[in-house]
Amino acid sequence: MYAQMIKSETSQDDPEKLAAFQARIDAGDKIEPKDWMPSGYRKTLIRQIGQHAHSEIVGQLPEGNWITRAPTLERKAILLAKVQDEAGHGLYLYCAAETLGVSRDELTEMLLDGRMKYSSIFNYPTLTWADMGAVGWLVDGAAIMNQVPLQRTSYGPYARAMVRICKEESFHQRQGFDIMMKMAKGTEAQKRMAQDALNRFWYPSLMMFGPSDAESVHSEQSMAWKIKMNSNDELRQKFVDQTVSQAEYLGLTVPDENLKWNEDKGGYDFSQPDWSEFFEVLKGNGPCSTERIEARQKAWDDGAWVREARMAHAAKKRSAKVAAE
Amino acid sequence: MSTEWPLYEVFIRGQHGLSHRHVGSLHATDAEHAILNARDVYTRRKEGVSIWVVPAADITASSPDDKGALYDPANDKVYRHPTFFDIPDDVGAM
Repeated sequence: MYAQMIKSETSQDDPEKLAAFQARIDAGDKIEPKDWMPSGYRKTLIRQIGQHAHSEIVGQLPEGNWITRAPTLERKAILLAKVQDEAGHGLYLYCAAETLGVSRDELTEMLLDGRMKYSSIFNYPTLTWADMGAVGWLVDGAAIMNQVPLQRTSYGPYARAMVRICKEESFHQRQGFDIMMKMAKGTEAQKRMAQDALNRFWYPSLMMFGPSDAESVHSEQSMAWKIKMNSNDELRQKFVDQTVSQAEYLGLTVPDENLKWNEDKGGYDFSQPDWSEFFEVLKGNGPCSTERIEARQKAWDDGAWVREARMAHAAKKRSAKVAAE
Repeated sequence: MSTEWPLYEVFIRGQHGLSHRHVGSLHATDAEHAILNARDVYTRRKEGVSIWVVPAADITASSPDDKGALYDPANDKVYRHPTFFDIPDDVGAM
């Protein structure tokens, strides 16, 4: 998902405290920042929420790419609002992570030096305007699948951030589908662009849910802690089942010749994405991996004087006020 | 060596006469800056008509360890709730 392959940490804590903590989680209690928590729970959450936040921030780049080239003023305003929302989502999540005792600067540094990851999906390029449709429809659609259940996650600040995010995310998916509808019902050339965008984003979207459960070694502990609510395969299946009929509505073809309704399981059979590609992208070898981190590094470096100047200005105002008193 | 902007907690009052409610936090250099940032981060969809910001460092919170001492005394005082008293139907609405 936005948080993929999160390694869950084991805890070397007092077994009695661990059991009492698990009992609270099982009873549906929310864990709050000042509550006792196992060190593994804390570390895993920092990694997961941090990765989620970084994904929102880096996720602005592929779409920001099209703001100046949106086909109409209205589309431009909408895309701008969407990208601003992504920044907001990143900020909600950074705040949640900070309640666990990590600082904002540390989180940024860990993104820039590669200690923390962001979702594999944002390492793919957005080549045409139709990609803005595909990203909203498929990528935000896949994100919603994961984020809706996370509103019930055990860590209070994370759950509350998710509630805010989910309220806004539906706009994102609908604006994407709206672009796809326009393109798919447009000229032959526009329809080809829409199909091409679907072709390129289908498998990377399926990868967002992470590898098959059989290979996800970290799921069990995270599920017991209720910081992962559903298995990867479960969410992927749900996404495919929901999306296929939407593609049919658009008159577009899902690029999978094995896609077939399976009456017995009440869902579609479908091809798995190329997992070796996924692991390569995760290692930093995606088509845009270098470009994305370079863009974040540049923003961080170029913004340094602004961060410092604002602090200096605030200090000056404070001392002027003291002098006047 | 840069210093991180201080953390502010943000409270928003919605349109329907409810109290200000904690919505999250953000970093800003001073209170005015925090209000400007809160407007962008927490009220993009008209969620509020009033914003409070408070330096996070200035908030004193109760400790989870004191939960028992603080809240348990209320357990045996059910008479504080109106439903504790049986009022005969004949009396009418009360």
